[in-house]
This record gives sequence, C-alpha cells and structure tokens, in this order.
Amino acid sequence: MIAIIDYGVGNLFSLTSSFKYVGADVVVTSSIDEIKKADKIILPGVGAFGDAIKKLKDTGLDKIVIEEAKNGKPLMGICLGMQLLFEKSYEYGVHDGLGLLKGSVVPMENYIDKDLKIPHIGWNALSIKKESPLFKYLKNGDCVYFVHSYFAKNCDESLLATTEYGKELTAAVAYKNIYGCQFHPEKSGEVGLKILKAFCEL
Amino acid sequence: MITKRIIPCLDVKNGRVVKGTNFQGLNDVSSPIELAKYYSDNGADELVFYDITASFEERKLFTDILCEVAKNVFIPLTVGGGINTVDDFDRVLKCGADKVSVNSGAIKNPNLIKEAAQKYGNQCVVISADIKRVDGQFMVFAKGGRENTGMEAISWIKKCVALGAGEVVVNSIDTDGVKGGFDIELLKLVCEAVNVPVIASGGAGNIQHFVDLFKEIPTIDAGLAASIFHFGEVKISDLKQELKNNNITVRL
Repeated sequence: MIAIIDYGVGNLFSLTSSFKYVGADVVVTSSIDEIKKADKIILPGVGAFGDAIKKLKDTGLDKIVIEEAKNGKPLMGICLGMQLLFEKSYEYGVHDGLGLLKGSVVPMENYIDKDLKIPHIGWNALSIKKESPLFKYLKNGDCVYFVHSYFAKNCDESLLATTEYGKELTAAVAYKNIYGCQFHPEKSGEVGLKILKAFCEL
Repeated sequence: MITKRIIPCLDVKNGRVVKGTNFQGLNDVSSPIELAKYYSDNGADELVFYDITASFEERKLFTDILCEVAKNVFIPLTVGGGINTVDDFDRVLKCGADKVSVNSGAIKNPNLIKEAAQKYGNQCVVISADIKRVDGQFMVFAKGGRENTGMEAISWIKKCVALGAGEVVVNSIDTDGVKGGFDIELLKLVCEAVNVPVIASGGAGNIQHFVDLFKEIPTIDAGLAASIFHFGEVKISDLKQELKNNNITVRL
C-alpha cells in the first residue's frame, strides 16, 4: 500500500489515477495510522513552499514523514513535495523544510537567462547523473513534464538527474530511501508511468 | 532545452469530438477517450478539450468524460468552454484537468483571471482569444467568433497576462479552417508582447506549416490543431520527426 499524503495542498486526482493505472494499491490519507501502515509514502504538493510547510506542520504530518523516512520507508516527493524534503527554501522569505536532504530551494529568477520564461513549463529532457532503482526503466534524454519557478540547489549528495533550461537545474534526487522528482511523473506519459512503476517495485 | 509542444484540440459536444470549419458546420469525429489515448500514445504533448455544450446535463456528461480521460491519459490536459466562475475552474480541475482556459468568461469579467490565478496559480490559467482583422486592426471576438468585442487584441492579451494568465492561446479566425498556415503576423505580435508561453491555433493544414511556425517565431511554444489530426491527414509522429529534421527541439 502506498500512502499519498493529503494535507490540503493541490489536486490528487491524476496522481492517484496514475498509480492505479500501474497497478498500485494507493490510499489518499492524512491519517497517521494509515501512513505508518503503508509500505511507501508519496509527498505531493503544488503552490507556495511557505503555505505547504505550514500545513504539514499544523497537521503534525511533518513529524510522521520525517520519522517514517528515517526508519527507512521509501518516500518520494513530487514537485513542491520534492522541494519540501530540503533544509530551506527562499520562496517569498526563508522557510525551513523537512531537512531530510541537504540543499536548499531557490528562485530561477536572476539565475537563468533573462529571456527565458518563468515558470519553466513543458517537456524537457533528463540528464541522468547516477544509477538509481527509481530510474531503472529510463534512458538518458527521456523527456518529462515540468511546471516550476524554483529549484533545488547545493544538493550534490542526492542529485539523480538534471534538466537544461538556460542552466542545469535539479530534476530528480535520490538518497538512500528518499526520492524526489521536480517534474510531474503523473503527467509525463509513458516515461512518468515507468518511474511510478519503479517506485512501486522498490 | 525545453521542447516545442504539439497539441491536438478536441471540441466536445454530446460526449463526442467535433470540429467545424470557421467555427461552423460541425462533424462528429470520434470518442474523446479513444482519441485522447490514441494521441497520447502517438506523441501528443498535451491535449485541449473544449466543452462546446450549453445545457447542464451535457456539462455533466462532459465532466464525466473528462474524468474518464484523466484516468487513462497521463499527459497535461487543458479544459476550456463554459468557464465563467472560479467554481467552473474547481469543477474541471477536480476531474483531472491541469490547466483551464478562459475566453468569453474573461471578457465578461476580467477579474476571473485574477481570482483563479490567486487560487490555483498562474500556470493553471490560460487565456484563449479569438482574434480577427477588422479594418487592419486585430480585434478580440466573443461568442465563438461571432461578435466583435471592440477590444484591440494585443492590449487585451497583455491585460490578461498582467491579471495572472500563465499561458496564451491565440486563435486566428482569419486563418482557422482555411488550412493555409498559421497566422504568423498576429502570432509574432503576441510573442513580442508577453513573456508567458504562447500557443498558436488556427490554420495548420500540413506538416510544413508547423515547421514554418517554429522557424519564423523561435519564441513560440506550441502549435495546436484539430481536424488535420482527427482525420489523419497529419500524424503527430511524422510531424515531430520532420520538426526534428529541421533542428526544432521536440519530444520523440
């Protein structure tokens, strides 16, 4: 059973549908018991970092995610959910993240070329930096679907893949049992479904 | 580098996909679910669904179909048609849409863009504009291209982006259905005016028209078409291969 954490951020319809499509048993939940019982955890998220981390903390779900991850349960953050795994974010102020991965989340603005549009929206190619069971069905150059204005930096320890948008941006991370995708696997067609399938098989 | 997107558009009425010429004379083409899956499997980068129904019952049928599509197709889905309130955004987002396109609803109430962008983020709000030349000026038309709003097109689009629209679909009424190529003149003006993704719509008749679009306007993000895809005149896989042969970055 995979627990998709519901903390009132974003729409989980497509994420749930895509896991069901690859044959996974999923539950969308905010129950600590269910999260503890699950074999794996998905931390989704769209919107602003500050709001999201506040909601996670207000519901007490931050502690359970940290605890379960430290116990070795596979955890994958998606989009903003990936960003939450880091130590800090500089999105509208400075916010502490969950601190499960080393690194911080910073704006693309003033980092990438000025003529590039922000958010970075669309299909872009992955440059895979190391081997990981999460990407066992992927090949270098596979395209995935991105929608974001901030990205993770100084995360060499966990860096799994980058994508080129003016500069190299962190696209995916993997460190021990903790994974993250900046892009949306549930919207990345065949390639995305292969990532979800691989996560289910961890 | 980010790839150029190819987007089939599915006009849905009574649960079926239809496409007319110059917005009139609709023909039943196929099942939305089958078509969506077919396109996704064959390289479409995104799908646009326009709900061209009017009644409450038909709208319910549309959202049921949308849910069914979103359970089986895992590429970005944009929904337009009949979006007049933030509740309408909510209704289609809950069924698996990723972006919502507003047209007449924004003309009636431009603040809808602002409210929706604040609630769901700019990336979720797409402004779709039907534009036609009138006495040498580009004007915005409402009601499926039948009524001149009296608003100049470029200033309208700039206003929508300032209010929070994160993407622009430019439908040229002059080139729509003619299959003589995209409206390069109009699209260039829009791309110069805004710094959000711009999607070209109206006029694609063959593969070369897409090559011309991306060659002549390197900053344009996507090309949208309907009938040439639905009737199999252009296969998306052939189209993308030809774009690649012309050094245009695409997802293959």
